[in-house]
Amino acid sequence: MENEKKKSALIELKKVFKYYFMGENVVKAVDGISIKVNQGEFVAIMGPSGSGKSTSMNLVGSLDVPTKGHIFLDGEDISTFSESDLAQLRGRKIGFIFQSFNLIPNLTAKENVMLPMTFQDIPEEEREIKAEELLKLVELEDRMDHYPNQLSGGQKQRVAIARALANDPEVILADEPTGNLDTKTGSIVMHFLDKLHKQGKTIIMITHEPELAEYHAEIVYWLRDGKLERVTRKKKGKRYVDGEIKRLVQARK
Amino acid sequence: MIKDYFVLSVKNLKHRGLRSWLTLLGILIGVGAVVALISLGDGLQAAVASQFGVSSTDLITVQAGGINYGPPGSGAVIPLTTDDLTQIKNLPSVKAAIGRDIVPVKASFNQKLVFTYATNIPSGSDRQFVYSQINAQAISGRLLKDGDIGKIVIGYNFYTDSNGFGKAVIPGNTIVIQNKSFQVVGILARQGSFIFDNVIYMNQNDLDSISNYGNKIDTIAIEPASKDLMNRTVSDVENLLLRLRNVKKDAENFQISTPEASLNQVKQIINGVQIFIAIVASISIFIGAIGIVNTMYTSVLERRKDIGIMKSIGATNFQIFIQFFIESSLLGLVGGIIGIIFGEFIAIFGIIGINSLIGGHLPITINLGLIFGVLIGSFLIGGAAGIVPALNAANQNPVEVLRDE
Repeated sequence: MENEKKKSALIELKKVFKYYFMGENVVKAVDGISIKVNQGEFVAIMGPSGSGKSTSMNLVGSLDVPTKGHIFLDGEDISTFSESDLAQLRGRKIGFIFQSFNLIPNLTAKENVMLPMTFQDIPEEEREIKAEELLKLVELEDRMDHYPNQLSGGQKQRVAIARALANDPEVILADEPTGNLDTKTGSIVMHFLDKLHKQGKTIIMITHEPELAEYHAEIVYWLRDGKLERVTRKKKGKRYVDGEIKRLVQARK
Repeated sequence: MIKDYFVLSVKNLKHRGLRSWLTLLGILIGVGAVVALISLGDGLQAAVASQFGVSSTDLITVQAGGINYGPPGSGAVIPLTTDDLTQIKNLPSVKAAIGRDIVPVKASFNQKLVFTYATNIPSGSDRQFVYSQINAQAISGRLLKDGDIGKIVIGYNFYTDSNGFGKAVIPGNTIVIQNKSFQVVGILARQGSFIFDNVIYMNQNDLDSISNYGNKIDTIAIEPASKDLMNRTVSDVENLLLRLRNVKKDAENFQISTPEASLNQVKQIINGVQIFIAIVASISIFIGAIGIVNTMYTSVLERRKDIGIMKSIGATNFQIFIQFFIESSLLGLVGGIIGIIFGEFIAIFGIIGINSLIGGHLPITINLGLIFGVLIGSFLIGGAAGIVPALNAANQNPVEVLRDE
């Protein structure tokens, strides 16, 4: 059963193009990419800045629609959806984690986690129970009523993870989740993402750090100039040993 | 579920800076003016009416004079006489009639000279009629009675230090009026009218002795036999005087006025004032609404990122719109609430002021219907002002606003 589930494509980009027209110039942010993400996979989209990875994330996350091509989420072609349908879809099926955390400053940690459920019209009582549960999961049960400005960077990102999980999404979309964090807090955040992956969540991570991509993801899509350069797959069962983590940390410094 | 958006909007409002609240001043002043104006309405009317000497009872007054064309002095006024008064008294539609004289006099007291007015109090049953009409009560000493000679009762303002004599006049003092000494026997309770509070009251014989009025009368006050027959009494008096004074209709050399007509004049004045204040209030509310539009636009700009975040976690355009719309409505409502408090304060202090001015007992009432209406109104104005900014918020592109961070 588990194997069967893993084989079905949750997200599929089929020859997707995204062009920006600026006067006479055409910026080919995404230039004919095809990506397939199966249920339960940890996928990384890797590339230097300007490679089109952020645009890809917007497309996968249904924040943006392609100029050409098709995007399937759970078998549905979302490239034809209306804006409101896309919003509802995002709310239910995708959990976003951003580099700069993107919590709402006027709301407490708990209220931030409750917010995606508010937009899905989930009753308040249910929202509170779920939010508390999720904040416990990211070990922030003692920070529930803190406002974002009372939290450290790592804590903010953990709140963001809890928020991303609020509506039990099919996929977690993490855009440079450790980009604004130091190595130690970054690895804590990654620890939670790994944990979610082990629990069967599909995770797509956008990053420009090769070691982060290779260490955590099963499949890495390498982008360059809006095109897919190569795809690498981690061998089954391969894990880094402690010494390698040290080396990676050193390299990042 | 709309409740959730109210909660979100309240949370956002709580974090608003002082600047946002200052934009509410327009709504606040406008609403305050409207509330104060409506709450004061009756009190204002009573205050102005009393200053014009209009009593609320159903008295008809007759004065000599009419419209005269030509240079000043060319239209000599033929005065009313005691003979006219007697004839009026005999009309079947008249219950009672009294002649009222108001004579300019010079009065001296405490070695100071003051120019003021003296008026007559008739004797017998007419005295009681006058006393009941002005609800006369002495706050010190006593009222005049039949047979008093060389005695006067003074209006309330003479009982104060600011009466022009340099010190308050009290019962027992002697005032010299037109070179004749009069003993003050009482102080008339405050009437709240410039006319009644600044007059010296004396018996008819005394007034005749210091004036050269003869049989001349300034004003005749008439109580109709029945209040319902007011118009009948007016036409009877009119016909009588036309005959006695030998003039034709439409060329009358006298004026008959009813309290209704006088009150109408007062109402017209107040209406004018109310219209003016209403226009000022409307302008103020309009400016207030523009202020809300402005502050909401600023808020949308400041919170573009929040809007992008909310959209990325599943908020639809409508859900964004409704949040900003409610927020704007609540801004209007807050302006309305403060405005109501402000307006009611003005009204309450105004009524207390009017009561002490006219010595009346106007009740302080809080009109719940008005408050409810104003609350709804200010909520709607806030909402209307927020429509365009809220649409602007709803139409933000999440990709663009999140990229701009």
